[in-house]
Amino acid sequence: MSFDNAYEAITEENDARWAFGTGFTDPLAGVDRSVPSGVDVADLELYCLMLGDDALVFSHRLQEWCTRAPELEDEVAIANIALDLLGQARLLLARAGQRSEDAYAFFRPEHEFRNVRLAELPRGDFGELVARLLVFSTWRLALLHRLVESRDPVLSAIGLKGVKEITYHRDYAAQWTVRLGDGTAYSRQRMRAGLATVWPYVGELFVPNDVELRLAAAGVAVDPATVRAEFDDVIGQVLRAATVEVPDVPANPGVSGRFGRDGVHTEAMGYLLAELQSVARAHPEATW
Amino acid sequence: MVSARAVAERVTDPELPMLTLADLGVLRDVSEQGGKVVVEITPTYSGCPALTEMRADLVDALARAGYRDVEVRTVLAPAWTTDWITERGRRKLAEAGIAPPDTAPRPGGPVPLTLGPPVRSVPCPRCGSADTEELSRFGATACRSLHRCRDCAEPFEHVKEI
Repeated sequence: MSFDNAYEAITEENDARWAFGTGFTDPLAGVDRSVPSGVDVADLELYCLMLGDDALVFSHRLQEWCTRAPELEDEVAIANIALDLLGQARLLLARAGQRSEDAYAFFRPEHEFRNVRLAELPRGDFGELVARLLVFSTWRLALLHRLVESRDPVLSAIGLKGVKEITYHRDYAAQWTVRLGDGTAYSRQRMRAGLATVWPYVGELFVPNDVELRLAAAGVAVDPATVRAEFDDVIGQVLRAATVEVPDVPANPGVSGRFGRDGVHTEAMGYLLAELQSVARAHPEATW
Repeated sequence: MVSARAVAERVTDPELPMLTLADLGVLRDVSEQGGKVVVEITPTYSGCPALTEMRADLVDALARAGYRDVEVRTVLAPAWTTDWITERGRRKLAEAGIAPPDTAPRPGGPVPLTLGPPVRSVPCPRCGSADTEELSRFGATACRSLHRCRDCAEPFEHVKEI
């Protein structure tokens, strides 16, 4: 199809290709969303927001790497990983089910976001990106792998799809960890510094929240404490191959024992949301 | 009137236009229920933006064939695997210079970590040489990786196994 100018092309009637921004097709269209017996709808919503916000917020941080990656291949890889996570976020926000995807992503205030704080940390350098992606994808792969056994068929399907995708993300981060850690003195220093930056936020990944515990007992969710051993094992393999050690840094304490899962975030989160939400808030309900 | 299934099966993938949705294995089912057509499709990757376009293309093609009442449903489980790409689809990929996928890994047990380069090299779709290397496991779309042939020196894409 040819057009006289670009504007004519994007205003073509009934063309869903240009519905970017708002007004997406429901990613769960036609999927049976009945809630499994004995499961509280509010708990299921919060749990889906936890896993969904992890993906949404970290995807946003990865998107910040567009035009900033060291090589074209990595630019493409990071953008692809961000896209996979955005897709997972959309499915999970749709499964949360009490508001629209857009309402969840663009109109919630900071304290209603349930992502772990690791996801929101500022972009940092490439060493920090590799360290964070290694930690995040190792943890999330272990979680989603167990989520496949969920009594909720939608969460189980999202888990299985996610496992296939995150396997590639984890390998990408692991191979870069080895290349940088076991590389030159300078790359090694940057890799170690990256690990030291993210490590204070590792402990929080395994602290179960009340909602996770209730839903884990109901056979729907995964208690994150149960994936610690697998996480340590995989990270151990990677760091040994990279000839770097687990950083010896103190954990970042939450606020009175509360963390990202409770809606308590770091200073970086407000700035991140300001950027993520500004257009949607300035032009609510706009489509283009 | 052409059957709704025949119409839906002819719709092509927006990113891999040499393949129909049936070749790609994302078209799960087409049924007619009392004048209404229900099409079931499955996403290749969670974030694949082509899914939106596939829906629009299916609705458009069916409308042009006279089917006005169409519902496109998403099917999430079992998850799409490259094993569902048909023989014809694989042949058409190779003809277009894109190396088709090998058998996908079977889920079961903890996912093994891959630290080294891939064990199996992807045969070059242009000259057939096995002497190729992976440049990046992520390509122009979520489903493709980037490779180079050391014999004919051409770069090529590969639909990666999932």
